[in-house]
Amino acid sequence: MSQFFNKSDLSRQDVDKIVSDTLKNCDDGELYLEESKSESILLDDNKIKNSNYSSDLGFGFRAISDEVVAYSYSNEISKDSLKSSSENLKSTLKSIKGTYNHQIPKTNKKLYEDINPIEQKTLKSKLEILNKVNDFLRKKDGSVKQVTASFAGEQKSIEIIRSGGEVITDVRPLIRFNVSVMLEKNGRKETGVYGIGGRQSYDDYLKNDNWKNVCEEALRIASVNLESKPAPAGEMKVVLGPGWPAILIHEAIGHGLEGDFNRKKTSAFHNLMGQKVASEGVTIVDDGTIDNRRGSLTIDDEGTPTEKTVLIEKGILKGFMQDRHNARLMNTKSTGSGRRENYRHIVLPRMRNTMMLSGNQTQDEMIKSVDKGIFAVSFGGGQVDITSGKFVFNCTEAYEINNGKIGSPIKGATLIGDGPSILREVSMVGNDMMMDPGIGTCGKAGQGVPVGVAQPSILIDKMTVGGTKL
Amino acid sequence: MIKDQEFLKSKASYCLDLAKKMGATDASVTVGHSISETVNFRNKSLDASDRSDGLALSIETFLGKRRSSISSSNLLDENIKTLIEKCFETTKITPEDEFNSLPDKNLLAKQISNLNLYDETRFENDKKIKYLKDLEESASSDNQIINTESSFTENKSNFVLANSEGFCDGYKTSSFTASCVTVAKDENSMERDYEFSSKRHLSDIKQAIDLGNKAANETIRKLSPNKIGSEKISIIFDKRISKGMLSAFASAISASAISRGTSFLKDKIDQQVFANSINVIDKPDIIKGMGSQNFDSEGVNSNTLQLIENGILKNYLVDTYNGKKLNLKSNGRSSGTTNLYFENGNISYEDLMKKNSRCLYITETIGHGSNLVTGDYSVGATGFLVENGEFKYPVNEITIAGNFKDMFKNIILANDLEFEYSVNSPTMMIEGMTVAGK
Repeated sequence: MSQFFNKSDLSRQDVDKIVSDTLKNCDDGELYLEESKSESILLDDNKIKNSNYSSDLGFGFRAISDEVVAYSYSNEISKDSLKSSSENLKSTLKSIKGTYNHQIPKTNKKLYEDINPIEQKTLKSKLEILNKVNDFLRKKDGSVKQVTASFAGEQKSIEIIRSGGEVITDVRPLIRFNVSVMLEKNGRKETGVYGIGGRQSYDDYLKNDNWKNVCEEALRIASVNLESKPAPAGEMKVVLGPGWPAILIHEAIGHGLEGDFNRKKTSAFHNLMGQKVASEGVTIVDDGTIDNRRGSLTIDDEGTPTEKTVLIEKGILKGFMQDRHNARLMNTKSTGSGRRENYRHIVLPRMRNTMMLSGNQTQDEMIKSVDKGIFAVSFGGGQVDITSGKFVFNCTEAYEINNGKIGSPIKGATLIGDGPSILREVSMVGNDMMMDPGIGTCGKAGQGVPVGVAQPSILIDKMTVGGTKL
Repeated sequence: MIKDQEFLKSKASYCLDLAKKMGATDASVTVGHSISETVNFRNKSLDASDRSDGLALSIETFLGKRRSSISSSNLLDENIKTLIEKCFETTKITPEDEFNSLPDKNLLAKQISNLNLYDETRFENDKKIKYLKDLEESASSDNQIINTESSFTENKSNFVLANSEGFCDGYKTSSFTASCVTVAKDENSMERDYEFSSKRHLSDIKQAIDLGNKAANETIRKLSPNKIGSEKISIIFDKRISKGMLSAFASAISASAISRGTSFLKDKIDQQVFANSINVIDKPDIIKGMGSQNFDSEGVNSNTLQLIENGILKNYLVDTYNGKKLNLKSNGRSSGTTNLYFENGNISYEDLMKKNSRCLYITETIGHGSNLVTGDYSVGATGFLVENGEFKYPVNEITIAGNFKDMFKNIILANDLEFEYSVNSPTMMIEGMTVAGK
């Protein structure tokens, strides 16, 4: 990475020597270099509130022996700084000897282009679109009281230097465009939020005035919520719409199938491999290989090419998601799921695009089959307790279902369920699988990484809805 | 070694001079350095060690009422120059905003008092390892505990904030944090719980053995939970959850939420928003306080604020920009609250527990179910059923829901306040919330 070597007293030979010397008695490890450029531009309350540009350059040095991971990072780029990190790693691992695993799979594929989205669109034209969003929404509906719109763009270049001098690189663009609108009518206030994004240029997402569709969707959600009634409380049937509601899959079972929690046996799924954990119609994969998706990566943050990992096949638990460290200790292979937020953080096994595949039923059939329940279309965030398996997520657009018909919209409520058993309650799987619009960020151990989800409409026979109406 | 004030000040003034030279009418710079060392244990042996050494720089440039900002971790002069050029170029084409400005000069902090926020003690990794060994030994003494993970982090930070009005100051802070997460298992269930201690000074950290015991006990008592039916029931919030009500309240009274109109507490100044027995204070000058500060992120002096007096809302949390919009002076809260707490109530913990013959005691909530625009609240919860003041059995897979507007008016506080964190609350009871379960 030019920034790393040109502007410091480090030569590539120095770095190779320090890396090989530090890792010679270790099982695994690498020097991870990262350079990122990012921008965020925010329109809020009728004004351009914030325009921020950020550049970051740093390294993370990792050495692993047996079960112990030693990690040291710095953004001071110098020989002294790298040497002091090296000493720190050696002192942690001084009494443990390992054998370095040089094997790492290769790929020629590229899932996105080496672009810098920030430079591909002028600041002026970004400001113009944000102002158009504001005018469009305020003109369209007199009850619009607040509009927030933002651009976030990033280019992250990474370089992995392994013992012996092997070098693996990747350049990752990422953008997101978001609109939030607040309405006020008859003394009630409600918000609606919608966004789009992925690993292409801004204009790939915004062509044909697509920003208008984003505005209209945010406005539609807010308008629906203005009419919402208190949500019911208790166990009932739940129909989930396709696409973004798949964060249920992400929370309910995704996290529980990450390698680290299963190696440590702290996941509610650790002893369920090969067992039936879902209805027969349920197949779930975690796929890092879809072109340009927010959760996709050509290689993970350890240099392993990503893959499509089958987690559940026709109801049977088939696989966990692995990074190199957990895979080695569990005697299996990395699935290309080793990820980190940036050089300040250690690698953990993480999700990429988590997807439930289509079945053959229709959303109509599902709604018609429900006497009393709810139909949930859009969600805010979710969370899971890996060990007890209990997970929640928050509806931001939902309706009651009475006698097979969709009724009034209901206020935002939390839904709670049990990960290992919820998928057995899935009694219908739709034929309408859809990807989310490219806005997800997953948090784990204080690290946020971009992810995607997808699912068809599904019917869950029993789930607890956390409303206020008994 | 942590960079000293002299180094940080020289970088800050380099930036200010450069911004001025390029034509910025005003500028503000923050330069910081932070070093952290963490040791992680799992099942009584070393699991990971982590050392971080990070520099950070952020610059804001103004051209009249135009403003933009940049941030970077690369403090080489050459890089700084490129970034400031970019920042200033962006400022030129950013539209004017009449409320953009540096803080009023007379509000800037003049004196830095020593709040004892820095402990220079170096706790070597070998000593961290010894602490964690003792901690995990006590955490795993019961054979129902099947996994323990614990960590010890030592952090030292230093920063300087400088602006073109002549403000240039900063100070060192430190923190030491020990935490333990345990997993317990019986024939019916597997449960996880935790305990942690975070302090400015090493000598104030909880004893390893006590911390391990507490984590293990909290976890074991959650085993074999039941799900209860859906009903209206009084809820007692354990201290580690009740402080979350204060955090939600603080977000709802930030000048930004108020000026944008996106808070359920807009236009409620001088009105009753809590029960009339409730007082809420934000105090920045607590010695060794986890949230203590001499000035906020804009350099504005911060004094103690009574936010709620006898249930009545007295102050918002005001920064310069949103203050100008609302026609209010900044009260030094551009970085949010400092040390925020409810004053003690006048009933003991035991009497609160016995107040109702049957109630739900919540020890953990999950999910992001607070809507600050409407005040609607709905989260997943874990806890215990209490009958006649006694814990009967653990409860999980339920949700609790209500609206902050009603919940705040129905709060009853015990008199067991302790200053452990930057946000602190006594044990709390709220009547009339809905539980959804079976």
